[in-house]
Amino acid sequence: MEVIKIKGTDDTPSIVLDKDNEIFEISGRSLPEDVTAFYEPILNWLDEYAENPNDKTVFSFKLVYFNTASSKLLLDILMKLEEMHENGNEVLIKWYYPEDDEDMQEAGEEYAEIVDIPFEQVSYVL
Amino acid sequence: MDKHNIKGFLEFVYDFYRSMKAHEITLVYEGEITHQITKAFTSLTESNMAKEDESNTVQKKVFHVMVECLQNISKHADTFGSDDYLFAGRGIFMVSKGTKDYHVTTGNVIENRKIEELTEMLEEINSLDKDGLKQLYKKQMKEGRVTDKGGAGLGFIDIVRKTGNKLEYHFLPIDETNSFFLLSSSISRTN
Repeated sequence: MEVIKIKGTDDTPSIVLDKDNEIFEISGRSLPEDVTAFYEPILNWLDEYAENPNDKTVFSFKLVYFNTASSKLLLDILMKLEEMHENGNEVLIKWYYPEDDEDMQEAGEEYAEIVDIPFEQVSYVL
Repeated sequence: MDKHNIKGFLEFVYDFYRSMKAHEITLVYEGEITHQITKAFTSLTESNMAKEDESNTVQKKVFHVMVECLQNISKHADTFGSDDYLFAGRGIFMVSKGTKDYHVTTGNVIENRKIEELTEMLEEINSLDKDGLKQLYKKQMKEGRVTDKGGAGLGFIDIVRKTGNKLEYHFLPIDETNSFFLLSSSISRTN
């Protein structure tokens, strides 16, 4: 399957979606000019991946900032993963937050309440 | 401009400067709000705050509020007058810094027919406590009311949640179809 590798900028996140090497990660800052257009290829990729996923998918979110427009798209990603989980695939979300960033920690907790997937909160030092 | 007018104009510039100082305004802009403008203003403010040793928490909050406020103007400000005079996506944007807090203030044209709905939304958000705001944010995010414009609701809720302060707002009538919508958020410097 095609590998998605997007290098982050000061307003768009780094994204790696690599089925063969089992890397699924979004990190950095997310406030793209056009959120829908930015995340569309990611959501399409996940649709294709969901047809024949790995035995286990560990998806990492390691964001330091995202705006409210991005928050909806992040939920869309999580909902696709939730669907995979519902279909009997093993999925784990790892939500990384800087240890002093309560807002980012809370954002993870909220997503965990909305979607029904195994969710792990991981704090790290920036 | 003749000589007299130039002098009058330059005096106005000085008055303007003094009134900016008096109101502790660190950034003021009137015009179209684009993504480039948003990036420039946020990075300028970020580097100013870093220079002044503002805490990380405060810096992050100011950044959040600025992004959401600028996005509200660029996506929701209405057209007023002919297209080449004032167009959609324009407004005034201001950051001021007092001893206790930062204020981010925006102003833009809004059609009178939208005022009632907007007021209801702002009043609802201002009436909620921490948990109520969280529930409303989750609800709006789930319902996916992010239209092609991107919903303003989430932005307002996010500002109140991040700052812990209510939104101050005011509508000033322009004519029978339009008003000027002013919105001010404050971010405490001592948390």
